[in-house]
Amino acid sequence: MSNIILEIDNVQKSFGGLKALSDLNLKIEEGKVHAIIGPNGAGKSTMLNVCIGQLAPDSGTVTFNGENMIGKAPHEINQAGISRVFQTPEIFPDLSLLQNVMIPAFARQEGAFKMNIFRSLSNENNIQDEACQILEDIGLIEQIHSIAGSLSRGDKRRLELAMCLVQHPKLLLLDEPTAGMARHDTNKTIDLLMKIKEGGMTKIIIEHDMHVVFSVADHISVLAQGTIIASGTPDEIRGNPKVQEAYLGGAHL
Amino acid sequence: MKAPTIKNDILVMLIFSAVILSMPIWLEPLGASYPDLLQKFAIFGIFAVGYNILFGLTGYLSFGHAAFLGVGSYTAVWSFKLLTMNIFPAIIFSVLLSGLFALLIGFITLRRSGIYFSILTLAFAQMFYNLAYSVLTPITNGETGLQLARTDPRVIDRLFSEAGEGLPSTDFFGLAMSGYSGFYVCAIILIVAFFISQRIFHSPFGIKLRAIKSNQTRMKYTGYSTRPYLLTAFVISGMYAGLAGGLMAATDPLAGAERMQWTASGEVVLMTILGGVGTLIGPMLGVGIIKYFENIFSALNEQGLHQAYSFMPDWLSNILVPMTSPFVGEGWHLTLGALFVFIVVFLPGGIMEGIDMIKKLFSKKSSEPDFEPIEKKTTPESGK
Ligand SMILES: Nc1ncnc2c1ncn2[C@@H]1O[C@H](COP(=O)(O)OP(=O)(O)OP(=O)(O)O)[C@@H](O)[C@H]1O
Ligand SMILES: [Mg+2]
Repeated sequence: MSNIILEIDNVQKSFGGLKALSDLNLKIEEGKVHAIIGPNGAGKSTMLNVCIGQLAPDSGTVTFNGENMIGKAPHEINQAGISRVFQTPEIFPDLSLLQNVMIPAFARQEGAFKMNIFRSLSNENNIQDEACQILEDIGLIEQIHSIAGSLSRGDKRRLELAMCLVQHPKLLLLDEPTAGMARHDTNKTIDLLMKIKEGGMTKIIIEHDMHVVFSVADHISVLAQGTIIASGTPDEIRGNPKVQEAYLGGAHL
Repeated sequence: MKAPTIKNDILVMLIFSAVILSMPIWLEPLGASYPDLLQKFAIFGIFAVGYNILFGLTGYLSFGHAAFLGVGSYTAVWSFKLLTMNIFPAIIFSVLLSGLFALLIGFITLRRSGIYFSILTLAFAQMFYNLAYSVLTPITNGETGLQLARTDPRVIDRLFSEAGEGLPSTDFFGLAMSGYSGFYVCAIILIVAFFISQRIFHSPFGIKLRAIKSNQTRMKYTGYSTRPYLLTAFVISGMYAGLAGGLMAATDPLAGAERMQWTASGEVVLMTILGGVGTLIGPMLGVGIIKYFENIFSALNEQGLHQAYSFMPDWLSNILVPMTSPFVGEGWHLTLGALFVFIVVFLPGGIMEGIDMIKKLFSKKSSEPDFEPIEKKTTPESGK
């Protein structure tokens, strides 16, 4: 049995009368790619919001590497080793691609605050090289000096992925990382995700595209109405009638 | 968006220094080469360059920076009264004390962002302004303003010489702070201040401030505690304002509360936006233009206008004078307001954006011959 890196225990979250998460329990094994699938409004993004400190749950705990994350500030959770790709890309639209990737790299190297007023940015060769390498892997190296806000939606997503990867997080949360991408780019992104899978980074990936899910996931959990209704290997999930009913209205996966 | 190189930075520094130090020469033909105005250019330059570190990099629009200007001025005058007429300790105290105030005010106001932050800073500055007239009159001397007196202790100066007959004047280790030498002292301090701002702009710290402006949410989820970054920027810009305030007192040893009025805070916002928010040179350009035209327009009156229009036929100047007179003299602020509206609506990036647009216009013509081959043939000089 391998190590549990993230444990979500009995988490509840309501918005007014709406129960977005109810009795949510989930264990994520270290080094695995864990896919979360489920219909729109099932609470998938809300679950990630709780994990990164964006939302405080009504009750329940989230334990990362043996440490309780509830009540911590978002930057502390990131510094603990969790990075997230958002459902709508969160990048720095006014900065260049290179700067977009260098900033998360600094966060990893320097921590939450450092007052290096008199160091010159152009002397930061290590960080710059690393950022370039990631941008090359992700296929954005040609546009390295363009303004991130001018990218297409799909490219913004890939940039955001690069921003997370450069941090070498212990746990990477991906909220529909290929939505809005052309098929060709989707495949490239999957290839990249497979490549870093070998690196041992744990990933939680929320995805509607079953092609993506079944090609990258080691483990799949199905979330419906704020709770996990099934969990297992891709083959187990494929054959589970409960899943087919909840998720695809009876259609075959 | 290429990262600026060190070589480039040094070049900019050299050009900037040369332009500032030679101001008495090249402003001569414009009729602006007298010490009072030159000192103003340099001092407001420091104010705006520092303000830009907060507003330009983080996007936090403070409407209360005049408070730090005031703190700097009062501190400097007290240093002249109690210690010495040498401005060196005075401006050091100005910077330190305004930094301390900025730390306090920033700590409270930075709990909010956007319009709420602006309103909070404005409220603080107005509070200071009112306190200076009421509770704090023992320190500020209320409406009269804080002035030098012959009977001031000036303990350090007293060690070396007796009190003279008249009021003493300020100096920088013997260099008089009035006239051209005063300008050169201010100019050198401006150059140092500009250099520090350039370092901040091109440091990892500076780029993180820009990132906060661009997307603060992303910054938090990227592992940054954003508040200390903002507070540092706030304190630095407050110290710049304090330095400018100290120098105002150094060139004219009098401190009044009107220096802290909201219009003074508004002026620095205007200068920064006019020149180009977030650009290195922009604020300095804004200062130059506003202070130059203020100097001209506020001195004009109806008679002056008649003279200015004397080349026109009488009937035309008789129409134009009443039309333009509300914009000059006391009405200079009306001109300023109109200019501000024009800039914000048509050129939100300020003069620097205008320069960029012109540059692009020309470089497009020369670097993309494939798209405009015909135009290139017909206007060969357009590539210049
Ligand atoms: N901040 C919020 N305030 C109020 N309601 C919210 C908030 N966030 C989410 N919800 C609601 O909670 C429910 C779950 O939303 P969530 O975004 O987690 O769904 P999801 O599974 O990510 O769906 P999708 O596949 O569409 O992204 C939805 O009904 C949504 O409207
Ligand atoms: Mg979602």
